[in-house]
Parts: sequence; C-alpha cells; structure tokens
Amino acid sequence: MSLHTHSIAALAEGLAARRFSAVELAEHFLKRIESANPRLNAFVTITRERALADARRADEARAKGGAPRLAGVPIAHKDIFCTDGIRTSCGSRMLDNFVAPYDATVVEKLARAGTVLLGKTNMDEFAMGSSNETSYYGPVRNPWDLAKVPGGSSGGSAAAVAARLAPAATGTDTGGSIRQPAALVGISGIKPTYGRVSRYGMIAFASSLDQGGIFAASAEDCAYLLHAMAGFDPRDSTSVDSPVPDYVGELGTPVKGLRIGLVKEFFGEGLDAATAALVQASIDRYRRLGAEIVEVSCPSLPLSVPTYYVVAPAECSSNLSRFDGVRFGYRCENPKDLLDLYKRSRGEGFGAEVKRRIMTGTYVLSAGYYDAYYLKAQKVRTLIANDFRRAFAAADLLVCPTSPTPAFDLGSKVDDPITMYLNDIYTIGANLAGLPAMSIPCGFIGHLPVGLQLIGPHFGESRILSAAHAFQRETDWHRRTPAAYA
Amino acid sequence: MTTTATNVNTGSNYVQGATGEWEVVIGLEIHAQLATKSKIFSASATAFGAEPNAQANLVDLGYPGVLPVLNREAVRMAVKFGLGVGAKVSRRSVFARKNYFYPDLPKGYQISQYERPIVEDGTVEVLLDDGAWKTVGITRAHLEEDAGKSLHEGLGAASGIDLNRAGTPLLEIVSEPDLRSAKEAVAYLKKIHTLVRYLEICDGNMQEGSFRCDANVSVRRVGQPKFGTRCEIKNVNSFRFVEKAINYEVMRQIDLLEGGGQVVQETRLYDANKDETRSMRSKEEANDYRYFPDPDLLPVELDAAFLDEVRRTLPELPDEKAARFQQQYGLSAYDAGVLTASRELADYYEAVVREVGGEPKLCANWTMGDLSGFLNKENLEIGQSKVDAPRLAGLVKRILDQTVSGKLAKDVFEAMWTEGRDADAVIEAKGLRQITDTSAIERAIDEVMAANPKQLAEYRSGKDKLFGFFVGQTMKATGGKANPAQLNELLKKKLGG
Repeated sequence: MSLHTHSIAALAEGLAARRFSAVELAEHFLKRIESANPRLNAFVTITRERALADARRADEARAKGGAPRLAGVPIAHKDIFCTDGIRTSCGSRMLDNFVAPYDATVVEKLARAGTVLLGKTNMDEFAMGSSNETSYYGPVRNPWDLAKVPGGSSGGSAAAVAARLAPAATGTDTGGSIRQPAALVGISGIKPTYGRVSRYGMIAFASSLDQGGIFAASAEDCAYLLHAMAGFDPRDSTSVDSPVPDYVGELGTPVKGLRIGLVKEFFGEGLDAATAALVQASIDRYRRLGAEIVEVSCPSLPLSVPTYYVVAPAECSSNLSRFDGVRFGYRCENPKDLLDLYKRSRGEGFGAEVKRRIMTGTYVLSAGYYDAYYLKAQKVRTLIANDFRRAFAAADLLVCPTSPTPAFDLGSKVDDPITMYLNDIYTIGANLAGLPAMSIPCGFIGHLPVGLQLIGPHFGESRILSAAHAFQRETDWHRRTPAAYA
Repeated sequence: MTTTATNVNTGSNYVQGATGEWEVVIGLEIHAQLATKSKIFSASATAFGAEPNAQANLVDLGYPGVLPVLNREAVRMAVKFGLGVGAKVSRRSVFARKNYFYPDLPKGYQISQYERPIVEDGTVEVLLDDGAWKTVGITRAHLEEDAGKSLHEGLGAASGIDLNRAGTPLLEIVSEPDLRSAKEAVAYLKKIHTLVRYLEICDGNMQEGSFRCDANVSVRRVGQPKFGTRCEIKNVNSFRFVEKAINYEVMRQIDLLEGGGQVVQETRLYDANKDETRSMRSKEEANDYRYFPDPDLLPVELDAAFLDEVRRTLPELPDEKAARFQQQYGLSAYDAGVLTASRELADYYEAVVREVGGEPKLCANWTMGDLSGFLNKENLEIGQSKVDAPRLAGLVKRILDQTVSGKLAKDVFEAMWTEGRDADAVIEAKGLRQITDTSAIERAIDEVMAANPKQLAEYRSGKDKLFGFFVGQTMKATGGKANPAQLNELLKKKLGG
C-alpha cells in the first residue's frame, strides 16, 4: 500500500468512496511511525489507541453519511498544543509529567473536523531553537540525512511529514519554527497571519509572535488543514474575528499579473550561493507563469534578528514564570523552603537554551534597561512593519529564501547561539510584522532540500497558497520523499 | 454645590513634637473589589466564602496555554467610577504584567494597568469634622486582578494555596498626597467607600476584604517645602485601624527624626493587636517588577457612545444628593452629609418624609438620632433595621398629631424596635397616649399646687426658678403623658394666680 503518498484530497476521496477505512489508514501510518521513530525521534508520544478510536468514529460517521470532509485523515500535533488526557511536554523536562486537562482550540477544531490523532511530535524545548536539538527528548533527525538537523522548533512535525509518517502535522512559528524546518526537510509549511489561528491551549513562548500553522506535503494539503484550524476564538483576545476564506476553493487563482516583490535586503551577504541560485530559478518560473517581478526594499529588516532576540526572550521570561513547581510540572525533591523550591524546580526543569532566554528576557525588562532594549525593540518592530506595509503597496507577494543554507550537521551550531539565531534571518520579519508566510520546496543542493519562502500581506493566506499551488503544479519537489521512507 | 473647598492647611492639623511642629502628608491606595459576577479574565465566580479552589478554573490556575479574556463589566464599573469622580476616562488603556514570584500568584505575574490606567485626574470633596470641605485629588484608578491567598494554619509545616480570589477584579484608586491627618484620611476613605457603593461597583465589605487600603505616610517640619521620606502601611482593614495605624506611624516617624534618625522608605504592616506598625521590606529589598504590556490582551479602546451609555446609568451621587437635601428639605450641610452617607440611608430617609408628607427636619432627627443609635448599638446596616421607614413615619405622625410627646416617643420607638410592632400598637398597649384634654391637665396642676403650698408661695414671691419644679411634678402626676406645650401654658396661667 502507498497510502502515505496520497494527497489529503486523495485520502478524503478514498475514505469517502470506502476504498480504505480510517482504521486501515491509521494502522498504516502507526506502523510507519513505530518502525521509523527509533531512528528519527520525530514523535515523543504515539497515541495508538486514541488514533484507532478516532478512526473507528470516523468510519462510523462515514457510514452514516454527512461526515466532515477530513473525517479519518490522520494528523500529528506538535507537543506544544494541549491535548486533553494526553501528556503535553513542550519538549521539556519541566512538563514531562504534565497531562493536559483540556484541548487547545486547534486540537478541538481539527478533532471536530474528523481528523485522527496519531501522536505528539518532538520539538525544541518550549519552541526555543532552530535545530530541534534543545528537546529534553533528544534531537530529531532529518529524514534526508540522519546526521543533519531537521530544523526547529517544530522539527518533529516536519520530519514526520517529510518521512510520510503523517499526512499533515501542526506546528507553531514564533520566528520561523514552521517555515525553516519545512525548508530543511523539503515539505510545505504555512504560518498564518497573527490572530488567524487561536493560540488558546498552545503553550506560550512569545505571545505577540507565536502563531499556529500546518505542515503537509503540498500547498493544497495545507489549504485543507488550515481551513479547519483557522477562525475566531473568543478564548483568545488576539484572535481576529474575520471570516475564513475557502482556501481550497481559491487555490486555482492564477499567478498571471501577480506582482511578486523581491526584498533587496534578503539577497545580500550570508546567503549560500547554491540556495540563491535555486531561489532565482523559482523566481524565473513565476515570471514564466505570468507574474510581474518587482524589487522592493525593507531597510529596517536587517535589524529583525536583534529585535526578535529582545522581544521574544522578554515575553518568554514572563510566560515561563508559571512553571514554578507549585501547581503542575516538575518539582524538585525535598525543597527546604520556597526559594529553594523555585530555584531548583526551575533550575532542574529547564534546559540551557530556555534558561539563556529567560535570563536575556529578564535583563531587557529590568528597571534601567527597559527603555534601551525592550522599548527600542518595539520601535524597531514598528519600523519593520512599516517597511512591509510599503513593500505591499508595490507587490502582492514577497518571495525570498526561507533559510540561508540547507540542513546543517547535528551538533555543529548548538554551542554557538548567535550563529544559530542567524538561521532565522529570513523568517523573523514576518513574525515581527504578524504577516502570513509559507515555505515550499524549490529544489535540492546535493541530497538536501531547499525552501522558497512566500510572504503575504495580512490575511493573504489564500494568495500565498494559490501562488504556491501554481508553483507546485509546475514542479515535483514537494512530491520527493527520502528513499528510506518512500 | 455648596462647598468651598480648600487645600490650605490651617495649622490645626499640625502635630507638636519635642522640637517643633510637624505636618503630616498622607496618600491612600484603595483597593475596591468590583462587584462583577465573574472574574476579570475568566468565567469563574467571584462569590466570597467558597471551598478553597472551588472557584478557580484553568485560567485562574495559570495553566499552560490558557489566555485571559477581559470582563467587559469590570471595564464598565471602572468607567462608572471615573465619571463619578469627574476624572478623565482614557479612551485607550493598556494592561501590563507585573512580574514576581509568589505561590498565590499563579502565573508569576499580575495583570495590572501600569503606564496607561483607565481613569486619571479625578477629585472628591470631603467634609471634615470642623464642617469645612476639602478637595482630595485622585491621581489614577486602574484595573487589575487580585492574587490568591496563602493559608498557613492547620497544614503542619506546609502552606496551602487558595486561588478562589485569584483573578477577582480590583479597582486600585490612588489619591494625591493631599491628606494632612489621620482623620482626613479616614474622611476621604469613607467618602470613596460611600461613592463605590452608590455606584454599585463594590459591596464595600471591609471584613471580607472587598474594600481595603494602603496608606503612604510621611512627615515634614512645618514650612519645609519638600515631602519627607514615606512609608507604606499595608492592608489596614477598618476605618478605625486606618486612623490608629496612621497616628502610630506619624509619631514613630516624628520620634525617629527628632532623635536624629532617618525614615527609611519601606513597606510596613499594621498589627492591630499591638497597635503598631512594623517593617515588612525596605526599598532595597523591593522587587523589580519588570512591567511590560501584556501581549495576550489588546489595549482597551472605549468609544464616546460607550462612555455616554455608562454616563446615563450614573445614579444621583452623594454630593448631588446632599445638595438637594439641603435645598429641598432645608437640612444643614452636616445633616445632609450624614443622611447621604449611604444610598440606602438616604432612600430610607426620603421614604419617611414621603410617608409623613413633610416635616423633613423632624424626620431627619429621628433617622439620625434614635434609629441610627439603635443600628449602631446592634451593629446593623440600614437594610437590616428592625423598624422600617413606614413604621418610623407612623411614629413621627403620632408626634405631629400630638398623640405622643416627643419624649415618650423615644420609649415608643424602643418598644417598636424590640417588639417589632408599629407605633399605634405600642402606644395603645402601653397607654402612652398624650393627655391633651385641658381639664385633665388643669386637674393635675391643681393637685400639685395643693400639695406644695410652700413652693407655690415662694414662686409667687418671685422665685421663678421653681417653675421647672412644677412642670416636673405635674408631668409626674400625669405619668409623663401631658402635652408639654399645653402643660407649660396652663401652668403659667395657674401659678400666676
């Protein structure tokens, strides 16, 4: 059986026609996971029984008629989304024992859409990392080359989809955590507009930047899932109350006449030449499809990395204060007093990268430093958002690389946080400005995939998805799978 | 308004120290728990007294992934307060996070308005003991969430955490340092207490902690332009304790300074049992709260239509009501102030006047006198009064139609209070009906005169003072029931011969 190479549309069609059952489908993917996971470490929890129960329910719904279109389609959730009754670890020792007592809105919506939960995927601890090496559960490996990182922080979800262990998986993107791993493992991944997908039940890293999204093989597959995930949620004050377009129905919107902007600042130094060449070839392809290519400038964009590494740690230092050993999560043995309880529970429960960011964030918010760091960063953030606003007056969509290089070796950057942080240089801008952005495969350098990033204006998900879909009708990079997982 | 406010310190408040006179400077931070049904950022109930943690949901517990959603009712109440003190209600206010670790603070931060509060620059007029009015500035009032409670009793070496109170909406009302004595501070506190209950935004219950206050106290030598170093006295939970705590703190600071010492800026706790304040933490030990705007909440944007809508729901406020009482009922400023101290008392008074059909001064005397006396003695609120307004009006009517004398009416009232009967029933049962029959009074006078020939002779030879003796004797002879005016008149005539 090659059910794992089917598109979401094909799976839905097959389920609807009863060519295979949801239980068979779930079993197929569970077997693949159980066989591949010891090598890839993509899943931290495999929910076999839950998956089969979900699948049986989907089959019953299909038999009765009137089932939702995704009924029986298996998915995986990044272990940052709270799942009722299932451990939600956030990749941290701190939450190794934490069984969430409720479902995140994204989890609830995808369950209501009929999807089947295969398991929870590995991730950088509290989503802090670009290589998936900061996880308490060990690194995830890149299915294209086990010596390489899959990117992060949603590395487990990305690797799972790349190895076809799941047709789709959720992710979160605070500074590139969906797009960069999508690029490094050769799949499609979209981070929607800030406020498009509810953050309720998604364990917060940096609240003003975090946004849930989806990984799948293709833009079309992403469109199906994103439609089910998106929408206003009264439990999230920052979610936006505007109708969700028909992403699938609008996929056919032609590229002809689309003004594609190239951000000058994104094609300068630091970009790997081979990557640049593949991005250029993709731009040429868009030109051939009838798009108009324009150059735009975002002069403040080079400041996005330092800006991000002030804002994100500041918010994380506060968001992670609730992990204090008092009510849930890790608690140290025999605390001698309250201070000892705090110090050791947090000292033992958090890993090095999380501690580094908590300390950075605490520093930038401190009395006497607030104006110089946090306030200044917020001002630069406004400048960056203004740059994008101007760019979107001249262009309908921006195209650029997702990551400066293809996947790098495990262990090669983990001791050098600054180099690691520079990995996010092309992705962070969209988070700071709250813009939707996507990475799709655009070629290979040797055996390693390369991603092309599409950035849209606020609520321009449909435009991004249709442009990506047009590209994918002309290319087959997104259909390539690593030989070991074919 | 009939007030003439002044902030000029007349000197009557100065405190005499060993080396000279000192001026006291006080500012209050009042925490009023808003009377919403649910919490400020979650749907949990706010009722007092539930089992520990029975009213704490995942949001209140600060669970991973949960998010706050602002309770619009809390905003409406804060706006009501702002309008009620003539303040500027901000069209845009911002919630920030105040970061610190404590077990009863589940998220590790308190959500509170910091740089952009919802209410700024208000004033209230406070009536002082000497009858003068004083304007007290309100710097700001901002919305925030309350923390939970730590329980240290009955758990051995451990401490318990009750998060029922966590997330309860508070309005923190910060005054200017305009207050110049403990008495002024209490008068201001009572005024705010009155106001929040008029506005129906806080139940004002100090015992349950829904109205509490911190006092910033400093002293300076008279004439010194700069403020002295202040201490903050935390959580003083009754009007009486506020006065005592401030007075203690003032004397402590003066003694310290006169002894050559320095006041250290610190937070102090008032111990009511020992009647003293003691140090909790100094400025050096104070937390760096690392305030920053809460990214989980959008700024609160208020439009003109909303402010107008709230403005329309404002009740008649205490000062307006007091001014009306003076004008409409001819009451003194003092009486009007007392009667409007709570909306319920004012309503009670007006019901009595309405029922009686006039005589507002007599109605005021009874409401403020005997009625308030009994309420105070039994520590009851006006709403719990054992004599309701129609019954008090019934008694006043019997005074007016001379069925009972004013003096006997006091006995009637006491019986009404203790026996729960109306005035007529008490008067009948006790035979307290006033004697207005002229011949009956004359008969009594004749008997008294006959029984006291010596005094009569002395009176008639010019000893006028003995008139009172005859009034007393005659009143006694009628069992206190003779109409006093008639008695006076008839006695004068008869004694004169």
